[in-house]
This record gives sequence, C-alpha cells and structure tokens, in this order.
Amino acid sequence: MHFDPFIIPFNIGLYFILIYVVGRSIIWFRNLSRPDKLRLQRGFFGMAFGQSLKEIFLESLIHRKILKTNLRLGYMHMSLAFGWFLLILFGTIEADIFGSHHLNPPHMAIFFRFFNPDHGKTAFENGYAFLMDLVLAFILSGLILAIIKRFSSKSVGMKKTTRLKHLDKIALASLWLIFPSRLLAESLTSGAYGTGSFLTGTLGAWFNSFLPAKQAAYPFWWLYSLSLGTFFVLLPLTRYMHIPTELFLIFMRNSGIRTGDKAGTYSEVEVHSCSSCGICIDACQMSFSAGINNIQSAYLLKAIRKDEDTSGIVFNCLMCGRCDVKCPVGIELTSIRMIQRRAAGAGNGIHNIWHGYLRTNPVPVTAKQPASKPSYDFLPARKPEKADILYFAGCMTHLTPSIKNSMVKILDASGMKWSFMDEDGGVCCGRPLMLAGNDREARELINFNSRLIWKSGAHTLVTSCPICYKVFRESYYLDVEVLHHTQFIKQLIEDETVKMNYLNKRVTYHSPCELGRNSGVYDEPKEVLRHVADLEKTGYDDGNSLCCGGSLANLRLQSPDKHKIASFAAAALSAPAPDYIATACPLCKKTISAETKIRVADIAEIVAESIVKPVANGMKKQRIPNPIETSKV
Amino acid sequence: MNRFGYSLSKARVIDYDANNHAVAEYIAEKEPSFRLCIACGGCAATCTTGNFTEFSLREINILIHRGENRKPGSDIRKCMLCGKCILVCPRGVNTRNVVITAREAFKKFGINAL
Repeated sequence: MHFDPFIIPFNIGLYFILIYVVGRSIIWFRNLSRPDKLRLQRGFFGMAFGQSLKEIFLESLIHRKILKTNLRLGYMHMSLAFGWFLLILFGTIEADIFGSHHLNPPHMAIFFRFFNPDHGKTAFENGYAFLMDLVLAFILSGLILAIIKRFSSKSVGMKKTTRLKHLDKIALASLWLIFPSRLLAESLTSGAYGTGSFLTGTLGAWFNSFLPAKQAAYPFWWLYSLSLGTFFVLLPLTRYMHIPTELFLIFMRNSGIRTGDKAGTYSEVEVHSCSSCGICIDACQMSFSAGINNIQSAYLLKAIRKDEDTSGIVFNCLMCGRCDVKCPVGIELTSIRMIQRRAAGAGNGIHNIWHGYLRTNPVPVTAKQPASKPSYDFLPARKPEKADILYFAGCMTHLTPSIKNSMVKILDASGMKWSFMDEDGGVCCGRPLMLAGNDREARELINFNSRLIWKSGAHTLVTSCPICYKVFRESYYLDVEVLHHTQFIKQLIEDETVKMNYLNKRVTYHSPCELGRNSGVYDEPKEVLRHVADLEKTGYDDGNSLCCGGSLANLRLQSPDKHKIASFAAAALSAPAPDYIATACPLCKKTISAETKIRVADIAEIVAESIVKPVANGMKKQRIPNPIETSKV
Repeated sequence: MNRFGYSLSKARVIDYDANNHAVAEYIAEKEPSFRLCIACGGCAATCTTGNFTEFSLREINILIHRGENRKPGSDIRKCMLCGKCILVCPRGVNTRNVVITAREAFKKFGINAL
C-alpha cells in the first residue's frame, strides 16, 4: 500500500513548483545579455561552480552572515533552512534503506512514517528514528522563535520586523503548519504502533493513552500534505521564492555578473532573492534615528515584486549603502534603487494572481519621457588653463570656503603645476541629477565638464567632494587619474613632497558614505589623519560608518528628520571627546557641525594647519611653486 | 516711421483670472515645505546655475505662488539640483524636491514652455 489520497495536494504542489522553477530559470537565462551568458557558461565549468556550492551551503543553509550579525535571528533561519534540508536528506535515505524498494518518489520519504508505521522496532531503526526526531526538534525550536518574532521582534534581537501582505500571511501560515502537523501526524501514528523516538514516541504514547491515535493521525497527515502543497503553490507569489532563487543568485554572482545600471535578469533574481529578513531595516539610520520605517530596501524589493508604484520609497533614501554592506544575501540594494529611480518608481501593480506567476520582468524598464529640449544650453564655452593637476572643488566645497582655501594652500605647497577648474563657480558634476534619476540631463553637465578637463591637458584630477569623486570615477569617460583630496595628500606624504607637523590632537573620523561605502576609499583618509594627529575609534568605522543625514540622494527627507539623523551621527562621533571631528566631505562637515560643539574639520583643513613652512634646502624633493602659475590664487 | 517718443502702453492691470494656482497647490501638496519659503533669496544667492544665467529660485517661488507660471515653466529646467540651496535655506525648505515636483507639475498641467 503505497498510495493514499492525502498525498495528492503535496504532489501537485511539488511538481508545480519544480516545473515553475525550471521554466522560470529558462526565461531568465534567455533574457541574459550575451556577455553575461558567456560568463555563466564559463562559471559553470570553472571555479565559480565549486565556490557557489560552498557559498550555498554556508549562506543558504547555515546562514553564516546572519549568524554573525545576530545570533538568534541566524539560528532561526538556520534551523528552518538547514533543518528542513536535513529532514529531506535523511528522510530520502531512510526511505531508501528501510523502504520496500529503492529510489522512491518524493512522497515516500516525506510521508515515510505513514506508509511504514511499524518502522522503528529494531535498535538500528530506532537509532535512525532518533536522528529524525532530533532534526524535527531542531526545526521546531526555530519555528517557535519565528512565531515569537512575528509578535515581538525584540525577542530575537531585532528592532523591527517586516510587515506582511495577505498572500504572505497565507504562505506563512502554511509554512508554520508544516512542521507542527508533521509532529502530530508522526506522533499519533507512532503512538498507535508503539514506535518513534524521544519526541514522536513520547508524545505519541501520551496521546495514545486517551485518544484513538490511529484514527486521529489521519487528518493530520492530510493537514501536513495540504500545508506543504499550499506553501509550494504560493511560493512564486511570496517572499519564499527566495529559497530557489538565492541559489541562482549565488551562482550568477560567482560567475562575475553584476547588477549594472539597467533592469535585467540579474536584478530580477536579486529582487526575488530577498527573504525579508529585516537586517536592512535595523541597519537603516532613517529607521533608528528618524523613525521612518516604510522605505527600507526590504520594502522596496517587496514593492518591486508586487510591481507597485515605488516612487514614495525609492526617492526617500539616503543611498548611504549601510544596507548594502549588511545584506546577508549580498543583494546590490543601492544599484537596484538607482535603476528604480531612473524609471521614476513607476509600477503597474499586480492586479490578478496570474500576472504574479507569469510576469517576467518586474522592474519597469519604461523610463520617463525625455524633455523636448536640452535644459543647460545656457552654459558658456570656457577655455581652461593648461596644467598637470586640475583641482575641482565642487559645489559643496564652495559653500565651505575653509576647505577650498586649505586645498589651495596644500596644492601650492606641493609645488606642482596646478589649476583651479571651478575657481569662480563651476558647473555641477552631475551626480545630484543622476541621484534624482535624470541621467540624460546629467550627461549634459558631464560632457561640459569633460570638455574642460580634456582641454586642460591635466593628468590628474583632484576633487574635494566625494559626490563629485564618485561620478568622475564612474560616469565620466576620462583619461585622467581621479583622486579625492585625501588620496592626493596621501601621495604627497608618501613621496615627501610636503612635510607636516604632528599636531598632537585627538580626532575621530567620519567616513563619508560616497567616499567610503560607495567608492571603497577607507584607508587613505585614515592614514593621512594618523600622520598628523591621533585617530580614535568610534565604533562606527569603515563599512559601519554612519551617514551624516545631509545626503543629496534623499529627495524627500524633511529638515527635522535630517537633524535627527545628523545629531545621532554627531553624538557618536563626539563620544570619545576628540579635539576635532575629521571628515572628508564638505557636505558632511556642514551637516555635522550644526549638531555638535566640537570643531568639525575636513582632513584638508587639518593637513593645511600642520604643513611645515618650506625651508630653503632642509627638505627633500622640495619644489618651489612657480609664482606666475599660482599668483592668481 | 518717425518715433516721437510716445507709445501706447499696455494696460497695467493684474488679471487674477489669468493666474493659475494649480501648480502651487500641486507642489504644496507633494512637498509641504514649499509653503515655508519667506523669499529671503539665500537660494538664489548661492545658486550654481544662477552663476551662469538669470535663474532665481526665489523668483520662481514667488511667481508660482502668485500663479504666474509662464516664466517659471521655462526657467525651472535650468536647475542642476546641486543642493547648495538646501544648505543655505534658513527655513528648511526641501528646495530640490520643490524643483522636481514643480517640473512634474508643469509637465502635468502642460505649462512647460520648452
């Protein structure tokens, strides 16, 4: 007897989801660009495959990164994922060894106890039953945590948990029912036949003492099968789609595919790989400083999955990248948000359930209508000075003249042939427009600035503003070395072009988002600071550094909330009671200095203060500045 | 034609019926801080675009509030969104979003002169 009607819902669900995932992955593969297809093929026969298997085991099953961030939350994810995997693996082995024949269909493993109620009499069989019970207990412990988390997120060490939609709730209920119904079904069957181990056996014997266990078991086997079937069928419409999708994501990432700046297969796989674990919500300063809890990346990805209008979410973000760094799945959240910004957050909304199953590209690709005429045709043609080094202060630096003046002093002291590209007010670098999703307009400014840089003949472009630095590096097609001024000063220190005094001041360093997380420049500013002062740690260093709140990326944040974020960052930086708070961004300087009494200084200012006045022949490699070149400064 | 130094001057009448407050209302609804502007001119003084051309966010603000949308409709496209005006604004007006919402409004109501 290897068939009973109750296995039908399970089988429908299982084969549905298998066919669905295969179909979906074929569509995904077909939509990949040609280079990405080649990357994937190369990855399949190369190192990437092995790396992916390792990463799938560590991240998709063990959830190592979540464990590192939050032990209890990690345990919850691990027990459900790894436990379920073990249950399937051991169940299949059990059915293969102890079943009537080998290579059984999946339902034989899942409902093994029902079809083999006598199993577990001998010592070896009993030992195996003990193992199965242990795995089930492992899953149930995680499930209890999950249920507690749903009602009180603090219990697992999370400040916030994600809010759910109706379908998510049904899927969640079916997921929650799977393991308790298995426990009850197995217990009652074991109780009736006197088998089972410490969990199912004990519970079964107790049930058997006052219930007709054999008859009572049957409805629970139905419930078990039904909840599994429901869960599988709803999987593509809910966040649980991440279970199959994350495997593709890991393999694609290891093959070298990246999000880029257009919506495509990879961004779609990323969107579906989010498990809504909520780590991005806890990492978000908008959440823990300003109490804004509906715009975080988990909600953005959820809204994209539902093809909703995301304009309220996409533009209300500092783009500081804290969630990017913390995401345990490694989704490039900021890049996805930029893609959405270019599309202005348009979405059609999923109006019926079939749309949810059949849609292939949830990230809208229809961009805004272009304006009829260029907007910046008023810009005058300029003729730049010839120079080796071009200094671009940037709009924000012009609002903080002390940084600009310090850089002039440093550049003069370097003795190099330099020119000030935007001395009497330049043109914006274009990044603020890009952050607002106006790439086409930004391109006009980029072309204007590029022409100036080409004509100057410079080989190095130094900028004081990390916002400009990022866009010069990533979106300009320039044949010059782009340096942030901290990198430039670091070079000056290394080749001993400029000598500096040690200032004997204690400083904390605020790593600007655009320079640190978004451009990967962490070390040079700190090394420069260590050269001239005593650098203190703040607990918010490198990848974990805070955003000042002044970010130009957020178009919606209101001034009172901005102040809350800034004052939190200022308090964290002031905590070690430093003499200076050092930063490397004029915008951060301006935002933070409004919130603290401690002096906030740009690294350039601190360095300019510490420069040793050149002595005629006491210095190595000292170059005397050419008075004609620099007289106008 | 001889010019005698005389001409017919246009009637100096403000036609309130011609003013369209829809844009101002649309912006104020989407970005409430638009109402906080006291027209101090700080934004115009620091403006990157204003350095190259006659562009004044203060003027745009006043004209939109009045419902005279023709000039702002063409001017507004010149903004580079660099954000200096946010930093100098004493009233905490989210100026960049005002500009973006105004562009939306002009497109929506078909006033964009470009």
